[in-house]
Amino acid sequence: MNKYNVVIIGGGSAGLSAAVKCYDLGVKNILVIEKEDFLGGILNQCIHNGFGLHEFKEQLSGPEYAYRFIEMIKKTDVEVKLNTMVTNVTKDKHVFYTNESEGFQEIEAQTIIFAMGCYEKNAGAIQLAGDRPVGIYTAGTAQKYLNAEGYLVGKKVFILGSGDIGLIMARRMTLEGAKVLGVAEIMPYSNGLNRNIVQCLNDFDIPLYLSHTVTNVIGKEKLEKIELSQVDDNLLPIKGTEKYFDVDVLLLSVGLIPITDLLKNLDIKINARTKGPVVNEHNETSIPGIFVAGNGLHVHDLVDYVSNEARLSAQGVYKFLNGNLHYNNALIVTKNENGIGYIVPQVVNYLNLDDKFVLKFRVTKPFKNVDIVVKADNQIIKKIFKLNLIPSEMENIEITKDLININTKEISVEVKER
Amino acid sequence: MAQNLICIVCPRGCHLTIDENKNVSGNSCPRGVNYAINEITCPKRILTSTVKLVSKSLARLPVITSEEIDKNIIFDVMKELNKVEVKAPIKMHEIIIKNVLNTGVNIISTREIIE
Repeated sequence: MNKYNVVIIGGGSAGLSAAVKCYDLGVKNILVIEKEDFLGGILNQCIHNGFGLHEFKEQLSGPEYAYRFIEMIKKTDVEVKLNTMVTNVTKDKHVFYTNESEGFQEIEAQTIIFAMGCYEKNAGAIQLAGDRPVGIYTAGTAQKYLNAEGYLVGKKVFILGSGDIGLIMARRMTLEGAKVLGVAEIMPYSNGLNRNIVQCLNDFDIPLYLSHTVTNVIGKEKLEKIELSQVDDNLLPIKGTEKYFDVDVLLLSVGLIPITDLLKNLDIKINARTKGPVVNEHNETSIPGIFVAGNGLHVHDLVDYVSNEARLSAQGVYKFLNGNLHYNNALIVTKNENGIGYIVPQVVNYLNLDDKFVLKFRVTKPFKNVDIVVKADNQIIKKIFKLNLIPSEMENIEITKDLININTKEISVEVKER
Repeated sequence: MAQNLICIVCPRGCHLTIDENKNVSGNSCPRGVNYAINEITCPKRILTSTVKLVSKSLARLPVITSEEIDKNIIFDVMKELNKVEVKAPIKMHEIIIKNVLNTGVNIISTREIIE
């Protein structure tokens, strides 16, 4: 049986960055397993630009961003298996995969990094009302059809959800000759980046319906019509506000969920809010030596953050292989309080810290002119003023080791009105 | 009269204000000033799209304008892109259309296609 020091499952932005970092740290016998024919993952279909400002200090398109990492991988001896599907992973870190040339194989790993990305929520996940005709797609699926395969899925489009992929697709389909009749967002604020509202909707006079949702889908075989209704403060449709749009496509851009299927057999703890695994400061799951990275851990808004965070998982692998990760003593639990939806990591081991660590979190609703207050065992250790906070933007706070000590039990984060 | 804009130079999306004397505020970096002045005089955009590709593995080649183009010619440039068909192999940043519509801007590839 072939043995590897680290098997990285997924060759997208997280997997590539983790692989490069493992190599740079001197880890030998690295394997990356990718199900598609190409490295780069979802970046390959994200042909728009705006990636890389943190990572490379310039704006790149998705494929260009991927190319930078693919070129780095080419300069290493990292082994890459393309067109290869992992079917199972066991607790003793045996990885089962299958591909055309090798058939079915079992390999043994010292450590594993799951970097499998995320799913898009579909019509079933949001209990979309009405018929199920042809013409309902997740935004990312329509993006793949258009940008990779060259098929425009329809000519008269409505988009439910104001996530960035939906906004990007509103522009993309407009450029390719479709008419986008509107974008509806159930919340009273957009879930996409401001710049995408401007350059994807405003530039093309596409209306954004805030506090609105699709309350019916009509169409026997093909989509014919959608019903849009305004919602009240409890997000319930208001009778009498219905509007109808004749469309042949409804795109869904209503949220992303980490892919954790392979983790289910392992009894790894999953966080109810992120839907990704519970992890420590090195993105290590509740099973020592099994790490996660990227959107498979929690959904990010910028790929730059994915690349950066994946390097942390790689450092974890390096430390684990050298017997330098601690588990039992000096455990600190992170706790999200008022206004904070979740925090990653959920556990921090003081003994594993170099000089600092980063708390990543999202707020539950928009806030203006507030403080983010970080406490260690109820003592304030950091306070940061924020002009604007919105749920669609991930926040980072760096905690230096000197702010806590070996006896710290809990770190909490909350939003405090001024 | 002062105008409010959202900067689109980077994902940060700063809320900018520009007054009649072209004084810009609300920006976090100098690029916001250029953006605001351009936006009220001659708005420009980077355009990304795809062109038809003949290769074993892929049907479309992603492309980008080498610089920003005037916002009002975006659909004209899209028409030019639809006339193009390229064959693999394609190098990263290979020129696909030189000086598109006499703008001085090239259309370049954003993906390497090996075969």
